[in-house]
Formats: sequence, C-alpha cells, structure tokens
Amino acid sequence: MQTLPPLLAKPVDIAPLWLVERVARTIFAGVLRAHPDLFERLGDYRRSRYCFSPSDLPLHFTVVPERGTLSVSRRGAAPPAADARVEGPLVVLLALLEGRCDADALFFSRDLSVTGDMEAMLALRNALDDSAIDLPRELGALAGPFSPLVAGTARYIRTRALEGRDATWN
Amino acid sequence: MELICPAGTPAAFREAVEAGADAVYCGFRDETNARNFPGLNFSREELRQSIGLARAKGVETFVALNTFMRAGDEALWYSAADDAVAIGADALILADFGLMAYVAEKYPAQRLHVSVQASASNADAIRFLVEVFGAKRVVLPRVLTVQDIARLTRQIDCEVEVFAFGGLCVMAEGRCSLSSYATGKSPNMNGVCSPASHVRYRQDGEALVSELGAYTINRFGPGEASGYPTLCKGRFEIGEVEGYAFEDPVSLDVIDQIDALRAAGVSALKIEGRQRGKAYVAEVVSSLRKALAAAPAERAALVARLRTMSEGQRTTAGAYDKRWR
Repeated sequence: MQTLPPLLAKPVDIAPLWLVERVARTIFAGVLRAHPDLFERLGDYRRSRYCFSPSDLPLHFTVVPERGTLSVSRRGAAPPAADARVEGPLVVLLALLEGRCDADALFFSRDLSVTGDMEAMLALRNALDDSAIDLPRELGALAGPFSPLVAGTARYIRTRALEGRDATWN
Repeated sequence: MELICPAGTPAAFREAVEAGADAVYCGFRDETNARNFPGLNFSREELRQSIGLARAKGVETFVALNTFMRAGDEALWYSAADDAVAIGADALILADFGLMAYVAEKYPAQRLHVSVQASASNADAIRFLVEVFGAKRVVLPRVLTVQDIARLTRQIDCEVEVFAFGGLCVMAEGRCSLSSYATGKSPNMNGVCSPASHVRYRQDGEALVSELGAYTINRFGPGEASGYPTLCKGRFEIGEVEGYAFEDPVSLDVIDQIDALRAAGVSALKIEGRQRGKAYVAEVVSSLRKALAAAPAERAALVARLRTMSEGQRTTAGAYDKRWR
C-alpha cells in the first residue's frame, strides 16, 4: 500500500498543531463552499462527527460538516470522540475524498478500516463519491495569483501518489 | 449482448455511460428499490437529468422498483412508478406482482422487466409474467447453469438478462429472510440487506471482527481479505468445524462464459453494484466492454485486475458452472 513519502510526511509531523489545523481548516472550508451538494446527500448525517486517522501520520482530523468545524489532534492514548472513524494511508483517504478509489474494494483488501456508525459512514462515502471534489483545483482556488502553480504541483503529487492504483474514472 | 450497468449516484451514472454501458439501472432514494442505503440513489430531478444525458449518448435507463409493497403503503411504490414513467425511464424493473399489475394496467406501453427479486426461474413462472403483465425481459436468479438457461430461453417468449459480474447473493433471491432474522429489515421489504444501522466493525488485536445486530458475522485474520457483513457470508462454528455455512465471501465473474451465454439465448449481461463507487463502476464497465469485444483467449487478462476489487478478492462462476451437480 502506497504511504506518504517521508519528504511530505516529515514537515507535517514536526509542524506545530495550530499551523496544520489552520491549513486543514482553510482547505475544508473551501471544499464545503465549492460543494454545497455534499450536505444534501449527507442528509441528517451532516451533523455527525467524523474522524479521519491517516495511518502514516501521527494525527487525527475530526470534522462536523454542518458546523464546518475541523480539529486536529496528535495520536495519543485515546483517539478523539467521533460518531464514525476511518483509518488508512493518507493517499487513500484523499483518493476517497475525490472518489478516485472504491471504498468497498479498499475495505475488502484491508487497506481501510472503519468503526462507529456505519450509516453515517456510508452517507459520507456516497456524498463524497458524487461530489466531484478535485483537491488540486480546490487548493489552486485558495492560492490566489499562485493558483496555476499550486494546482499543477498538487496534480503532479497526486499522479505520483496514485500510480498503480485503481483510479481510472473518467 | 447488451451491457447493463449499475449506478448509485449521478456521478456513477455518468461514469457508466462514458465507459460503454448499453443501459444503466438505478433507483429512487427510498425503500422502493433493493439498494436503499444512506446517501445513495437518485432524486426525481437527478433521474431526469441522468436520463437526458444517457439518451443523448444512445444509452437506455432502467429504474429498479424491485422491493415488495407494504400493505397500506402501496402509494409509495405507485407514485415511484408514476414518476419513473413520466420522467422517461426506458424500462421499469419490478418484483412485486401487485406493482406489475398496476404498471401493466396504467401504462400498457411501458416496458416492464422482471427483477431478479421476483425469483422467476422456470418456464411456467416466466410465461405467466409475460402473459399476464406483458413482461418483455426477465432477469434470472443466479441459481441456473448455462445449460439450464439455454433450455429455459427456448421455452419462453421474452428476453433474458443474467448477472455476469459483481456481488453474489444467496440463492433464494426475493425470498431470503436472513437479514430479517438478524435485524428485522430485509432487501425484499426495506431495500436493505444487513442494514448499516445494525453493522459494527471492531479490531480485536490483529483481527477484524464484523457484527450484525447481536451476531458476530466473521473474524478476519491479519491481511485476510474481508467481505460484506451479511449472514449468508458469515463464518460459523458448526459442530467441530468452523467455516462458511451458506457461501464464501466471493464475487461472481462469468466473463469466460460469454460465448456460451450468447449461444444460450441471453440478451443482456448485468453488472451488480449500485452500492459501489464511481471508480468501481468505471473500471468494471470499461473492462467488461473491452472483454465483450475481445477474442475469448484475451478476456481473462482484461478482467483479471477486477478480482482485487471484489468481495473477498476472489471470484467464482457460481451456479453457472455447478460441476458437482
């Protein structure tokens, strides 16, 4: 399973939590703004608390879509409280965010583990799958005059990270 | 043969169309279809837009209304049929005789397909549905061998569609009560087999444990490929033996029997998987489209990588090739 290259993982690892959180919140808010259709398909589960735990980073990302809140915590003895939790390599979690991989296939191959409220998890999976989120595009939109550079770099990283994976959607 | 492809969301629908579907089947966002999962399926407006997109590309749209009506709540199913017809569905896939009667009487020109959930698996049953409701096509349950199918198609006057790839159900489609037994909800009446509300996963050391209601369904060892948390795919202790009592967690793949199915008179091949993501739909539809056009010797290689996306990461020809018989 593809994991985050050390060149990318190390800075996230040593960066102050507030900085990681600030960057993640900005991206999260941008995605929610650009994809209001997410809420419609999520239904009541927009109020659920979701925790994403990249297995190759010492961090948890916890979000509540309706409130637009995101918090980051370091991996410790107890993970943050959440209604539903998903854990897997960061590349896989980001690919799922964009619908580039099939969640069931990743579950069958044990690359992904899910716990908690499975209705909430299914609703989120299906809402994301239908939302055509394109992270390089979303990042580019946040970068002002550097938009082409940021989007292009992000696309390059994504292509390299997903090499060899089942990511053939049109 | 036509390739009939699944879509649980408009995004998956677009992928199916682009990847080479002849027809896409889908359902409304309620219990009128057998994939009634949170966040899945189509609003009326989404279906209208999807049908427009499909029609522009020469692709048909089938709407699954394949659960059984609940006494006193028939209006939900009737209005779903009314809306699907009004929106322009090319065919309705039905299982309930009462709903078939409603559609046949109110919309005699509407094309009606018999869902696999109707469990019509012999010539008498199918002839009855053709004569009484004007069914144009029957989706056969996955209980017949290719030879059985060939015998059957010669005795009936309607098109035959068979499952070719995807999830494999226990061999009592439309009549299975295993999910009801464990959770009170079933695909037949509620559109959900092993509803997510009753599913829990937990790590027990290195093992992954899946639970459905009060039942432990399976315990997967480290690195062992997992399956859906359905009772039919559960691993049980029976006497001194631990194993799969009903069937293994494995998916259907009969691509190597395409020519035999065509010779048997099959009109359409169906891909299961409305609950799967758009990446799966795109990959499976494009692979099967290539396989249909390829020489027999090339087909296995074209679909080999699909195995890794399948339940249990294994595939079987199931009853189509039941050699022990």
